[in-house]
Amino acid sequence: MRKRSWGFVVGGLLVALLLAGVVSNFASSHPDGLDSSLREGCTFDAEDNITGGTCPARAEREHEIGGPLADYGISGVDNEFLSTGLSGVLGVLLTFAVAGGAFWLVRRRGSDAGGAAGGAPDAAADGRQRAGTAG
Amino acid sequence: METLAMHISNGIIDGPVAAVFAAVALVAMTFCVLRGRSDLDDRLAPMAGLVAAFIFAVQMLNFPIFTAGVSGHLLGGALAAMLVGPWVGALCVAVVLVVQALVFGDGGVAMLGLNITNMAVLGTAAAYLLIALLLRVLPRTPTGLGVTAFVSALFSVVVAAMGFVGQYWLGGTTDLGGNLGGLAGTMAGVHLLIGVGEGLITATTVVTVAKVRPDLVYALRALKPAAPAPVPAVGGVR
Repeated sequence: MRKRSWGFVVGGLLVALLLAGVVSNFASSHPDGLDSSLREGCTFDAEDNITGGTCPARAEREHEIGGPLADYGISGVDNEFLSTGLSGVLGVLLTFAVAGGAFWLVRRRGSDAGGAAGGAPDAAADGRQRAGTAG
Repeated sequence: METLAMHISNGIIDGPVAAVFAAVALVAMTFCVLRGRSDLDDRLAPMAGLVAAFIFAVQMLNFPIFTAGVSGHLLGGALAAMLVGPWVGALCVAVVLVVQALVFGDGGVAMLGLNITNMAVLGTAAAYLLIALLLRVLPRTPTGLGVTAFVSALFSVVVAAMGFVGQYWLGGTTDLGGNLGGLAGTMAGVHLLIGVGEGLITATTVVTVAKVRPDLVYALRALKPAAPAPVPAVGGVR
């Protein structure tokens, strides 16, 4: 059972990698719902700079960090397809590592009973065993 | 240059209000860890990691919404609530937002509390309220599950958008000249359409997972139908 769960997770990750790594290049580049609402009242040039009017987006400030992956691209990679795709792949792996790792660390082990999930005796026993081996 | 910022950027909401919501988000996430721990077993933990990674991926896929020049993208609260439950689900969305803010320059770091409150807390909570209601009254068929996912996802997007409007009312940095209603109307209208996209993505994903591995859909495990189940469930009844 556990093995098959891991199989599902690996399969799901592959789908996510494909979406973020390839399909992301076909995403719409128009501003999203929030952004477009905040831009209402202003006019923009082809480079997306504000050319006139008043709108909430005018108050926008620089991001604190930016970084090499800012705006879902890799700085230094000129090929846009590669840049977007690679940043997506890195993002999926990073998110999985951070979320999966954190959830694995705080997960319920062994004897703390009372979960809505499964709660089957074998799962609990399995948890105890794992906790034992993980130290 | 294409616009790739998806979340609240720095400067949009003033500092004090952003700080208050940072505290709100922190308290809410702590609560989710405490409540979510009882759900998080050896099987749910990797699944929750996958859900977060999947939400990150699909958030990159902006889709057109048939309004000139506007796109939408998944927020993910309903999807996460369906697959891993409300507490862990909210944490999944929050992790995505943290990674996006810290590594991808998307959504100001100072604005993180606002973004987490809207999408991880309000979005997931709104979705789960509807999921809990609909799954008890709708038939346990792929259609029933799909409708539940669609409706709750649509609702959650509009609620999250209204969360932003509330925050803008409290601490918006541009004087709208008393026209907050205009912003609210635009946000609601656009996000109703985005919600349709969110609903379709959420329903497709949840129905697919339910077909392959129904045991991995939290909402199906945790929420029993209103009528007593024919076979007594092994534990897991809330």
